[in-house]
Amino acid sequence: MSANPEPTTHPVSAAEGAAARPAAQTARKRRPLTPFWRAVGAVAWKDLRAEIRSRELINSMVLFTFMTVMVFSLALELDKEARQTTVAGVLWVTIVFAGLIGLSRSLAAEKDRGSLDALLLAPVDRSALFFGKMLSNLLFVLVIALVLLALLTVLFNVTLLKPLLIVVVVLGTIGFTTAGTLLSSMSVHARAREAMLPIILMPVVLPVLISAVRASTAILEGLPRDDWFPWIQLLVVADVIFLAAGYGLFDYVVEE
Amino acid sequence: MPAPDRTIEVRALTKTFGLNPVLRGLDLDVPRGEFLTLLGPNGSGKTTLLRILGALARPTSGTVRIGGWELPGEAEFVRAQLGVVSHLPLLYDTLTAEENLLFFARMYNVPREMRRDRVETVLRRVGLARRARDVVATYSRGMQQRLAIARAILHDPAVLLLDEPYTGLDQDAAALLDELLREVAIGGRTVIMTTHDLRRGHALADRIAILSRGKIAFDAPCREVDPDALPALYADTTGAATTR
Repeated sequence: MSANPEPTTHPVSAAEGAAARPAAQTARKRRPLTPFWRAVGAVAWKDLRAEIRSRELINSMVLFTFMTVMVFSLALELDKEARQTTVAGVLWVTIVFAGLIGLSRSLAAEKDRGSLDALLLAPVDRSALFFGKMLSNLLFVLVIALVLLALLTVLFNVTLLKPLLIVVVVLGTIGFTTAGTLLSSMSVHARAREAMLPIILMPVVLPVLISAVRASTAILEGLPRDDWFPWIQLLVVADVIFLAAGYGLFDYVVEE
Repeated sequence: MPAPDRTIEVRALTKTFGLNPVLRGLDLDVPRGEFLTLLGPNGSGKTTLLRILGALARPTSGTVRIGGWELPGEAEFVRAQLGVVSHLPLLYDTLTAEENLLFFARMYNVPREMRRDRVETVLRRVGLARRARDVVATYSRGMQQRLAIARAILHDPAVLLLDEPYTGLDQDAAALLDELLREVAIGGRTVIMTTHDLRRGHALADRIAILSRGKIAFDAPCREVDPDALPALYADTTGAATTR
């Protein structure tokens, strides 16, 4: 530490001293707060930037996805019809468990290095922090889902890149990551948080998973609209409920 | 709407964790521009008090006003006036110093056209301009703490809360931090610093207070306190042994 490349601080110049003084003189003015969506964008941008540099989460998630799909592919030697029936289950099981890797680290990493306090100290509506974290988690899980769709298409020889299926994947992932971000912020103060998150998250996202699997299976089997549309409606309702819960509850969940 | 007067007023503040009371009816006033050093043994409630002032924890009872804004109801307005330095740097180690500060500039609503200038100014001020594009993970502990100060003063806050900022610093880095804290106190900022370093706390501050068992047990201007007698005074007040 003593071998410091810049051993001295910059002395306060008259100009900088003057720049500091307005803080005192303008004290009676109300400082404008950070707009909600600017804070959401800033948090999501920061997470993406940090992840692009470290590739800590995305590498683990991609590796897990690849291994899981390989295991399923080798373990289930299925004919074309059976593959079509099981592929939706494989898709969602992999999304959920790969997603859990990202969700459990997202806020835990902030807590461990103390930066969660820095976020909570910012003069922003705390639900903006929730939406920022949720947005970055959503992007990570969607990247994994995209990789997964391509992998399963190759290994299971089933066409998964269908617009309707992609809509289901996006809706299901929104519900899963929204609930996951909220519950990971609840478990972040717990000692065994990595073990706790799946235990508290799974029952909560069960309606999303059931709807997503049923809608995906119906779409892949080419069943009529009545067989998949109600499940998509259920997904939309679950997403809205989870987003509203995140908006309303995050402030209470993160505060001591 | 209350008129922000940049003072800190704490009245009958209590904070309980479960059945354990940490703050027990604490009263404290800090006038504008004053540097207050808060001393006290571990568990006396120093960090809890700063976390309540920083709107990171809710008081169990009592009132807290900062700059005329009341906590917890007007927490966002209070947070807009605060800069906080902790013993942890509260930075992202995979981002560069510049990226960290640009992120916090956005979070503190520094106008877009001023952000880069402001970031350059504070980096120069803490002596890190040449390392601005280095990832924070490559910084020494002392450099991280200087960057933490840059983050804390980025939005030109009226109040600085410093929670044991010297933890983990060697002598050179601590001396640099002294210099920086003296500089950032210029300009009418109100500063509250907690520390276990009695001499350093006395040398930097205008006023010194000792927190013991959740209450202010001693409070006096530094000019009225002999630094050589401070360790004995501290030991008498808190019942703790100290050699500093």
